[in-house]
Amino acid sequence: MTTLDEGVAAGPEDLEHADNDQHPVGHGRMLRKEDPRFVRGMGNYVDDIQLKGMLHLAILRSPVAHARIVSIDVSAAQAHPKVKAVITGADLAEKGLAWMPTLSNDVQAVLATDKVRFQGQEVAFVVAEDRYSARDALELIDVEYDMLPPVIDVRKALAPDAPVIRDDLDGKTDNHCFDWETGDAAATEAVFAKADVVVSQDIVYPRVHPAPMETCGCVADYERVGGQLTLWTTSQAPHAHRTVYALVSGLPEHKIRVIAPDIGGGFGNKVPIYPGYVCAIVASLVIGKPVKWMEDRTENLVSTGFARDYVMRGEIAATKEGKILAIRTHVLADHGAFNGTAAPIKYPAGFFGVFTGSYDLEAAYCSMTAVYTNKAPGGVAYACSFRITEAVYLVERIVDCLAYDLEMDPVELRRKNFIQPDQFPYTTKTGWVYDSGEYERALDLALEMAGYDELRREQEEKRARGELMGIGVAFFTEAVGAGPRKDMDILGLGMADGAELRVHPTGKAVVRVSCMSQGQGHETTFAQIVAEEIGIPPADIQVVNGDTDQTPFGLGTYGSRSTPVSGAAAALVARKVRDKAQIIASGMLEVSVTDLEWQKGSFAVKGDPTRSVTIQDIAMRAHGAGDLPDGIEGGLEAQICYNPSNLTYPFGAYVCVVDVDPGTAAVKVRRFVAVDDCGTRINPMIIEGQVHGGLTDGVGMALMEIIAFDEDGNCLGGSLMDYLIPTSLEVPHWETGHTVTPSPHHPIGAKGVGESATVGSPPAVVNAVVDALKPYGIRHADMPLTPSRVWDAMQGKPTPPI
Amino acid sequence: MQVTMSVNGESVTRDIEGRLLLVHFLRDTLGLTGTHWGCDTSNCGACVAWLDGEPVKTCTVLAAMADGREVRTVEGLEQDGVLDPVQEGFMRCHGLQCGFCTPGMLMTARALLDRDPDPDEQTIREAISGQICRCTGYTTIVRSVQWAAEHSAETVGSES
Repeated sequence: MTTLDEGVAAGPEDLEHADNDQHPVGHGRMLRKEDPRFVRGMGNYVDDIQLKGMLHLAILRSPVAHARIVSIDVSAAQAHPKVKAVITGADLAEKGLAWMPTLSNDVQAVLATDKVRFQGQEVAFVVAEDRYSARDALELIDVEYDMLPPVIDVRKALAPDAPVIRDDLDGKTDNHCFDWETGDAAATEAVFAKADVVVSQDIVYPRVHPAPMETCGCVADYERVGGQLTLWTTSQAPHAHRTVYALVSGLPEHKIRVIAPDIGGGFGNKVPIYPGYVCAIVASLVIGKPVKWMEDRTENLVSTGFARDYVMRGEIAATKEGKILAIRTHVLADHGAFNGTAAPIKYPAGFFGVFTGSYDLEAAYCSMTAVYTNKAPGGVAYACSFRITEAVYLVERIVDCLAYDLEMDPVELRRKNFIQPDQFPYTTKTGWVYDSGEYERALDLALEMAGYDELRREQEEKRARGELMGIGVAFFTEAVGAGPRKDMDILGLGMADGAELRVHPTGKAVVRVSCMSQGQGHETTFAQIVAEEIGIPPADIQVVNGDTDQTPFGLGTYGSRSTPVSGAAAALVARKVRDKAQIIASGMLEVSVTDLEWQKGSFAVKGDPTRSVTIQDIAMRAHGAGDLPDGIEGGLEAQICYNPSNLTYPFGAYVCVVDVDPGTAAVKVRRFVAVDDCGTRINPMIIEGQVHGGLTDGVGMALMEIIAFDEDGNCLGGSLMDYLIPTSLEVPHWETGHTVTPSPHHPIGAKGVGESATVGSPPAVVNAVVDALKPYGIRHADMPLTPSRVWDAMQGKPTPPI
Repeated sequence: MQVTMSVNGESVTRDIEGRLLLVHFLRDTLGLTGTHWGCDTSNCGACVAWLDGEPVKTCTVLAAMADGREVRTVEGLEQDGVLDPVQEGFMRCHGLQCGFCTPGMLMTARALLDRDPDPDEQTIREAISGQICRCTGYTTIVRSVQWAAEHSAETVGSES
């Protein structure tokens, strides 16, 4: 049985010397079961798959952002000796496949038919005998474009004279995508009207890209006689993808098998269905052979799911003593050419509604306008926790702006306004019910680990010498684990997750889950979750994920939902099996069920621990010839579908220390302390890894990463020479600690941690850089804080155009 | 054209197109899929393998350039069923998550330790700075290489 580790604060942890190889029967440090294959180069990623007779598909993409297609001449490509097929949008239109639904109930062109709407959009594809020939043939396709003016600046997308991008939609006369609001506008205005202090700041969260090391791709294999389609694909959500393919293609769902093999990082980039997948499926259907499509790095960066792209006006109202009263924001959201956001249908802005942060407010209000532009579609990606990265960045930046204006220490300002432990469950002014939290304890631990007071003294000394040192603090609360099915669905599919557990006669087990690892270590963590409940060692529990024929239905891995949803399912299905095991044990020991007590791995007679049976004994009895109690079927297995009653709300306190070179404006992240509270901790080694990765994302976004466009709509971040990702030299040695505040409604009290650090770290880094620039009178500067942008800020120009 | 090279100690001869990249030769022609491809521009290092004992980005080397030379890939790290200490270190110190950058990191780490058996943190960071990992944030990779430095091949078991 899981014990909830109430009220534990620990850290700093001695991770350098931690013994990760502890073989726990349940939760604890344990080496990953997937690693022996990875360190031998024996992972099995999509591009590793070679099938007999397999052909290769390559996609011709638009070189321009907005243009009408006048003509496409494929004759030379078709004449290439190694080419098997050349397909255009017109060909797909004949089959009714030129357009497909997005995960936000918009439509997106599989191949452009009328016009292209962003640079990199899919225009035609070639299938050839090898990947080089397929690329050669792309060069032989001649497309004539009639150029149209592009809509690039999100602030001008709704101008009366802006060209209309989505003229494919009936009656569309502008680039408006949707409006959305949350909170109480009137109540918020009333609070702002009476406040001593109001701070307003324009804050841009630029477009960035998850850029997983493995790009997106698939192998589609249609077997004509049986009518069976097998798709190996880079998917974080195999079941949801299968259902969508069935709905779009008309193929019966039971004849589609979606397999996500090892995935080389996802971060949300592998949630959407991309045109390339559909093209490969069509190609295999048409040609009758397996077809592989793997995008190259430029294709990944210019055409697949981007993240952020929010232009925000943040406003905060407070007393002059620093009691925060209300937060208000208006957001202009750039959704690109198609609304490809993957978010629960009722939440078109994801979970941005948690922009009220970790603070006890009197009122809050957000209005949002989303628009179409001539840029790639997407929107929810890069470990954003359904737009919580944007929300946390907004609130943590605007709170720092308030501290600046009030001349208060940003730590004290936060402390003064925290939601207090006795206020949980706490309903925010935008309607989110935070499950549990003890914020001050996490903050105190982070400050202690960082040596905050000493850092401030050091900063004072350095400032006196003209050196630029900054200390940034951020505190975040996330809402993860989507979600309750009454509120949350994607394209009508409820966000509940199934799990199946089967204990074999010899006491070994297999658990099948619907979520899909992209490196998070599910094969290990889920074995540990089951082990904790049923007492079978993790080494004896096989975890199966990523194959729709082998696993129960569920919505996949994103939004940090694996542990909160599928993890709960795994724990509960194990308890269900244990309940049956208890009945069988009662028969074996000839006592009543209530006279048994569970000791991890066995049932013993209360008061007589010498009389006991192990779970392995019970498994053999369940499958054996011996008697079972009346009404009990043979076998030891169960399945469930877990529907969460609420989201879970992990939180954390981050402290970042930077040095800015006054001569070059280069920023060096000297230290970063992260204290995370994700509730019950399953494998601390894996949690630490999740946090480290997210912190690196945060440094990247804060200092380096941006998908920018020139005025013609050319993507300026189309390769890893232009889209800068942190290497080992840009990030510090991470320092982590933790507190444990279990979720009261989650079966094991776990809250999820996959995206916490990506959410919490960007404001910590930016707050640190802005703090370093205080001598220049800077209150805010927009990401990414590259040397040139920091230099501009030092010259009084802190907010460049997007 | 025909090329002959030693790959993980074994001589291979194949007829190839002159433009074939070494990474595709290893992956598609020989089926050694442990070496990955990640970027096209020599930035990510997922494709790092050894050419005559030096780590190279095989996406930027023609297979023809390896003619007559020695190539070693991640598949060649394990010797007689015994993992290289860097492989063991990455497992013990959580130096990998999705595993995609791992083969390249392992090859660079082995090359570093061969020339500098006791590197400090900064040296390790510089050695792997031509390679990108999106998952780990590098601290645990540094720790993994340090573990390998502290454990010679003789002390590492093969049970994993």
